[in-house]
Amino acid sequence: MAAEHIVPKRTYFAIWTALLILTGITAYVSTLNLHVVSGLHDISLNAAAALLIASLKASLVVLFFMHLKYSPRLTAVVVFAAIFWLAILLTLSMADYLTRGLPALAR
Amino acid sequence: MAASENAAVEVHPYGLQEQFDDPEQQREASSLGMWIFLVTEVMFFGGLFLGYLVYRVEYPTAFAAGSNSLLFWAGTLNTLVLIGSSLTMALAVRSSQVGRKTAMVALLAATLLLGLVFLGVKGYEWHDEYERHHVPGAAFQFHEKAPSMAGYPDPRNAQLFFFFYFVMTGLHGLHMVVGVGIVSFILYYGWKGRYTPGYHNPVEVAGLYWHFVDIVWIYLFPLLYLIDRHP
Repeated sequence: MAAEHIVPKRTYFAIWTALLILTGITAYVSTLNLHVVSGLHDISLNAAAALLIASLKASLVVLFFMHLKYSPRLTAVVVFAAIFWLAILLTLSMADYLTRGLPALAR
Repeated sequence: MAASENAAVEVHPYGLQEQFDDPEQQREASSLGMWIFLVTEVMFFGGLFLGYLVYRVEYPTAFAAGSNSLLFWAGTLNTLVLIGSSLTMALAVRSSQVGRKTAMVALLAATLLLGLVFLGVKGYEWHDEYERHHVPGAAFQFHEKAPSMAGYPDPRNAQLFFFFYFVMTGLHGLHMVVGVGIVSFILYYGWKGRYTPGYHNPVEVAGLYWHFVDIVWIYLFPLLYLIDRHP
């Protein structure tokens, strides 16, 4: 039987600390008005910032708590497939809904 | 894998099912099975996330107002509780890998307790929203606005926000209830001594499920509570 990779306890505590800090950062950032003005558009970056931090937290959980970093490559393929299909669902659907208010282009 | 070359298997490792060559292969197969289930769960929750995003784009004023009416402190507290439960779960799996039964049982009990705290806070929140008539239905009322938006939303559109809120947190809560059931099962049989360093797949697989439910909350928290808080 091949030896299983045992993750040191301090790694788990370090990841936990990082997750707590990121939660604090995302809670603080949500009180700021993050936006960029581009031409006539005033684009809010709050949602992007919150989702970026959430993805960072999710990556830490998947890689260390769920042992993806120490798992066979096949597991990584499965995880990648999940993210890829979710990205198709979200980007193609939003590409439709977000551009429906462009009547000038449609005519 | 080397042992499988022998025609007769004299030594049968504890917990090894006959279709597997060795415990490592069995462990990888059971983990992969759980990962594939979790992929279907990503698609399951993904549809709801997409619906939420589409209607948030359609009714920004109502979704911002609905989001601001949620109990921010409860959402944050529950995030911290779930992150803590993921730590105790990861350490419980580690204890099962190295054969520390007492530590594993204690850590699973801590995970269970934190899971119940999460459900308790969530229940308090739902009750609070029920009292404020924020549950969609005939008694629904909504007269709030978001700091980032100029006007008051149409209550019918705000009701749509609460449909998504209750379905998404409800489905997540259901997964938490299932998780509490799974951890209770693992805790009981762990205490009975069923799991050893050579056979701890159920603990590992339960851990994968628990962490996944944590990840769903990691995305629900900013989407429901945070992104419209800004002034």
